[in-house]
Amino acid sequence: MGEVILTMKGIDKSFPGVHALDHVDLEVKKGEVHALMGENGAGKSTLMKVLTGIYKKDSGTITYEGKEVEFHNTREAQDAGIVIVHQELNMLGHLTVAQNIFIGREFKKGIRIDDKKMNEEARKLFDRMHIDIDPRETMSKLTVGKQQMCEIAKAISHQAKVIVFDEPSAALTEAEIEELFKIIRDLRDQGLGIIYISHRMDEIKVITDRVTVMRDGAYVGTLITEESTKDDIINMMVGRVIYEDPKTKNMTPPGSPVVLKVEHLNAGKMVQDVSFELHKGEVLGFSGLMGAGRTETMRALFGADPIDSGDIYVNGQKVVIRSPQDAVKYGIGYLSEDRKRYGIVVQKTVAENTTMADLDEFSNGPFINKKKEKEVAEKFVESLATKTPSVDQLVVNLSGGNQQKVVIAKWLTKNCDILIFDEPTRGIDVGAKNEIYKLMNQLAAEGKAIIMVSSEMTEILRMSDRIVVMCEGKKTGELDISEATQENIMNMATREIS
Amino acid sequence: MANKTASKTAGTNKSFIDRMGGQKFIVLIIVIAMFIFFSAMSPQFRKYTTVVSILDYSYYIALMAIGVTFPLLTAGVDLSIGTGLICYSLIGGYLIVHQGWPVAAGMLVTVLLGVAFGVINGCLVALMDLPAFLATLCTCMITRGFGAMVVGGYGIPWPTAAAPGGWFRSIFKIQIGGQNIPIGFLWIILLVIVMSFVLNHTKMGRYTRAIGSNKEATKLSGVNVKFYHVMAYVICGLFAGLAAIAYSAIFATVQPGSGAGFELDAIGGAIVGGTSMTGAVGSITGTLIGVFVICLLKTGLPFIGLTANWQQIITGFVLIAAVLFDILKRKREAGK
Repeated sequence: MGEVILTMKGIDKSFPGVHALDHVDLEVKKGEVHALMGENGAGKSTLMKVLTGIYKKDSGTITYEGKEVEFHNTREAQDAGIVIVHQELNMLGHLTVAQNIFIGREFKKGIRIDDKKMNEEARKLFDRMHIDIDPRETMSKLTVGKQQMCEIAKAISHQAKVIVFDEPSAALTEAEIEELFKIIRDLRDQGLGIIYISHRMDEIKVITDRVTVMRDGAYVGTLITEESTKDDIINMMVGRVIYEDPKTKNMTPPGSPVVLKVEHLNAGKMVQDVSFELHKGEVLGFSGLMGAGRTETMRALFGADPIDSGDIYVNGQKVVIRSPQDAVKYGIGYLSEDRKRYGIVVQKTVAENTTMADLDEFSNGPFINKKKEKEVAEKFVESLATKTPSVDQLVVNLSGGNQQKVVIAKWLTKNCDILIFDEPTRGIDVGAKNEIYKLMNQLAAEGKAIIMVSSEMTEILRMSDRIVVMCEGKKTGELDISEATQENIMNMATREIS
Repeated sequence: MANKTASKTAGTNKSFIDRMGGQKFIVLIIVIAMFIFFSAMSPQFRKYTTVVSILDYSYYIALMAIGVTFPLLTAGVDLSIGTGLICYSLIGGYLIVHQGWPVAAGMLVTVLLGVAFGVINGCLVALMDLPAFLATLCTCMITRGFGAMVVGGYGIPWPTAAAPGGWFRSIFKIQIGGQNIPIGFLWIILLVIVMSFVLNHTKMGRYTRAIGSNKEATKLSGVNVKFYHVMAYVICGLFAGLAAIAYSAIFATVQPGSGAGFELDAIGGAIVGGTSMTGAVGSITGTLIGVFVICLLKTGLPFIGLTANWQQIITGFVLIAAVLFDILKRKREAGK
């Protein structure tokens, strides 16, 4: 490790209602791979966006190569030598590899673009990286791993001195990760500063020199990787002890029947051999890090995505679910993590949204029975304590928590006995969260079976009777609430899979 | 090791058809097959005059199609070129016929009007973020009304070949020894070569494709996306202006209120020639070949006794086939 090349000190950033970064520090040296770690929403990506000028910081200083800097857009950061290799690749699939690498700064001969020279230069870059990619190949024909190598080549061609890797290994195979690490070590040995964002604990141990941990938008600390254990890092990541009265024991009545049984479910890459059981009156928490395959599992179960193989039993009967209509027929309701896109129609009224899933029930032939619709909607507004002036109010005017209640009402009118809550309190303020929690417990007590997908550890521990943990599309553990701790869940969620 | 073999075979595992230009090559064979088919079915079709009239008919569609390929490559579209063509031609002709302007000046105005509406379309789509379909549908209506309003609702006959100022008609067709020579085709070929160069070897073309491939990524790469996005529509407008000249030179009278549907022939030609509605994929040569499919259907079907209604129906099915081909091809690639 050499001298310090980049220092971020006291970086503060607020968005309306959220203190995203609370005086965060980060220091990167030449010739070091520096891991940036934290739970989902800890503020890692926000910090990198401040660094590269996508967000403007509220306060704090960024010192780069001994001078205080402030970039206004990615282009300025790039020109100075700070480049991000994004998690989602910024590529132009229809153009060739070389055309992608040099987009925006093509070599020219008169008005003609000099593709030959661009191909030669790209080949030189790849030679330097010791990889073999044909610069003339169309980008979309390469594997994800190769595409990422091209992104890295592009970064190097910008004369980068600091490269940020934002979860680079998320979509790579084992062999591709090996190759990626080789390149990262090469770059480090050439004296570049590398910031490496990842959730995978085992990778952090292998590739990084130091680790900076963030939690809830704040700086927690920096460790030297070699001198610290996986547990040290996890403790720093979850550190908080403010449980909101977590469940301490399984509240499911003993001997309550299995209403849903999933066996060896496979659906694409993100759902591999997932099996679990759900009991009547139970809240089953699904925990895991972003991209663990939880939502994908639920979508497959609900018929929104195709299932490759596996069996589903509802109340002991084997069922085939090919579409959401099938799922609803078997009494499964799904509350999407993205309420606005999949859950409600914001420009319609509370009453219209309430009856949407079961309009046949409220129709005489082709005509909608408005009176009955209104009665039912009013009943649910009362029983769920939805705060709305009337059921004729447009849903767009309701707060997030009350919108969520309308979605719940929608599935209750349909008499769904199995309710899947995907991130039920995302974007909902603390007070409303409590109400949603109360409602879920009440529903479970009434005999509904609930699956709750959540990325918030406190939510999982507070609500679940049992917990299923997933990592990279596989189920990596199942815990009763009485034996669950933040630490053992996080351990399962970051479990290396070979 | 696996990597090495993969990249080595990448160049050689393409099929014969792919190496010959893919869809373009297939469509070229279809054009030839159609020509042979119509010739075999109808002795009338085999005549030299028919070939000349097919070419006459193809010029304005080909010019519109070359232009509209650019917005299509950005994953946009320009629906205003058909009514626009008539509007520019009406106004240019009005200045020549009713205001006594020199023919050259009238032609210049015609082309510049096309460029102007290209700028308007480009600004609406690229700067103000209107959906291309909507923005150009509106300018389609505007140009139709505007052209008819300026000329007062009457048809405009551009000067005939024999009249003073009729020289412009010989840009597309000259008579040698009583025989019509369709030299307009040479201009089309020349423009195809020029615009192919622009598309494949200049920043303008490269960024047009890049915008259609992934606009956000192109912007993040530091490209002045707004400028090049507007320019795609300006090129389209310029070619709609040139198409207006071709239309005026071939047909005796330009009628206000006509022109709606011309754009579909042009866009259809581009699509049949392998341009993807989802952007980034397509070529100028492909577009030209596609235009001939459309033109042969339009001119050939009457020769085998099928009416205008049949032409429309068959053209519709051909377009569905072309789009399905594109979708299947992409699905197959995505599946790999």
